[in-house]
Amino acid sequence: MKHLISAADLTRDEALLILDTAEELAAVSERSIKKLPTLRGRTVVNLFFEDSTRTRISFEAAAKRLSADVINFSVKGSSVSKGESLKDTALTLEAMGADAVVIRHSASGAPHRLAGWVRGSVVNAGDGTHEHPTQALLDAFSMRRRMGRLEGLKVAVVGDVLHSRVARSNVLLLHALGAEVTLVAPPTLLPVAVENWPCQVSYDLDAVLPKSDVVMMLRVQLERMNAAYFPSAREYSRRYGLDRDRFRKLHEDAIVMHPGPMNRGMEISAEVADSPRSTIVEQVANGVTVRMAVLYLLLGGAIGRDIK
Amino acid sequence: MIFSMPDAQKPEGADQARAVLEAPDIHRALTRIAHEILERTKGAESVVLLGIPTRGATLARRLSERVAQFEGVKVPVGAIDITMYRDDLRLKPARPLGHTDLPPGGIDGRIVVLVDDVLYSGRTVRAALDALNDLGRPKAVQLATLVDRGHRELPIRADYVGKNLPTAKSEKVKVYLEEIDGRDAVLLLKEGTR
Repeated sequence: MKHLISAADLTRDEALLILDTAEELAAVSERSIKKLPTLRGRTVVNLFFEDSTRTRISFEAAAKRLSADVINFSVKGSSVSKGESLKDTALTLEAMGADAVVIRHSASGAPHRLAGWVRGSVVNAGDGTHEHPTQALLDAFSMRRRMGRLEGLKVAVVGDVLHSRVARSNVLLLHALGAEVTLVAPPTLLPVAVENWPCQVSYDLDAVLPKSDVVMMLRVQLERMNAAYFPSAREYSRRYGLDRDRFRKLHEDAIVMHPGPMNRGMEISAEVADSPRSTIVEQVANGVTVRMAVLYLLLGGAIGRDIK
Repeated sequence: MIFSMPDAQKPEGADQARAVLEAPDIHRALTRIAHEILERTKGAESVVLLGIPTRGATLARRLSERVAQFEGVKVPVGAIDITMYRDDLRLKPARPLGHTDLPPGGIDGRIVVLVDDVLYSGRTVRAALDALNDLGRPKAVQLATLVDRGHRELPIRADYVGKNLPTAKSEKVKVYLEEIDGRDAVLLLKEGTR
């Protein structure tokens, strides 16, 4: 069965195939009829156990532009609030004939479990603090479009790495694509065994900035913090926030990224977020394109239920 | 690997293949088609040439060069990928996409001449007509093909044909073009050869 659960599942060639497919599909978003008939008759279920605006809307737009039927399932107002288990929910979706399930869950590993219960494809749209592969793909796509290459690109990923599924997926994917990633965070916000990740680690943002082509700021995930990871928001912002003065240390072609949603004034200042060198709005548009590419490659050809 | 892609093209066994068109024949056929386009569209004023990747796109570029040589008209040329509109997508794993490239003026109100290398079942052309429908509203759509090998499965015919080639369904027609394959030729491959 074919799923997209972790960025680590993708070989370099597969990742490039997704990016190249997205490149061709980008034109669809610019024309007046933003629709292709390719996934007519396929059903995509968005199964979101956690709040999300851009990811859910992005997957919905991507599936609809490929003419798939989309069923949105959010926990509020569903039987999950009556205590239904993930497995029973999965079996219900299975009975409805879902060809793909896009799942977001607060538990790391939930998509992996789900993949064992349903026949359709499972796409991980963020699981706990584990992975968010389509975000990494759209980030890589945005970088390649702006910088023209990924090979040898120096990328700094800054902030709350510990709670970030975006950081892990990005490190794995960008490493496979030949970019050099440096994680920058206070020691308390780095995960255990980060030294085994295929990247550099630094505690000093000011030293890393001048050498970076891309700076990706991560959101400080206060909702996942049940202990004190830094003395105060103000102190965090002083040491790890990207403000006007730090922004000047970047070389003039460098770009600033953020997966959103942003805490303006915390990890990124409003001035930097709104600068022409920030790709934050572009990333959202690219998200739809990249997710179209993923859905096309997973569902566009022959899938399990076609081969009787 | 999470996606399985179709195998790369296997090398053809050249010994059992018969060349039906050589480079000079292809040259002459394209010259004639270019003249016919000029004649039938009365000077090719509002014509847009759209090639179906990969080889159709190359042929479209050649035709536009010819037309420019003969009458000095610059005919806009582009490519239209039909992969997402195919009717046989579910028979094979997902295919990589070709490149769609519309000329800056678009296709609204123009005479679109679709260009492909081989016309066979007509299904590719059907897909191209659907793709065109999503891209704009041409005044008319015409079809040019280097080789028409027959065996249509849909009510589709070509307006400009380089060569009518009677074939058996078991045979294969392979088009080679200088820009892509390093030589110009059309080969007919007998049953059982790859």
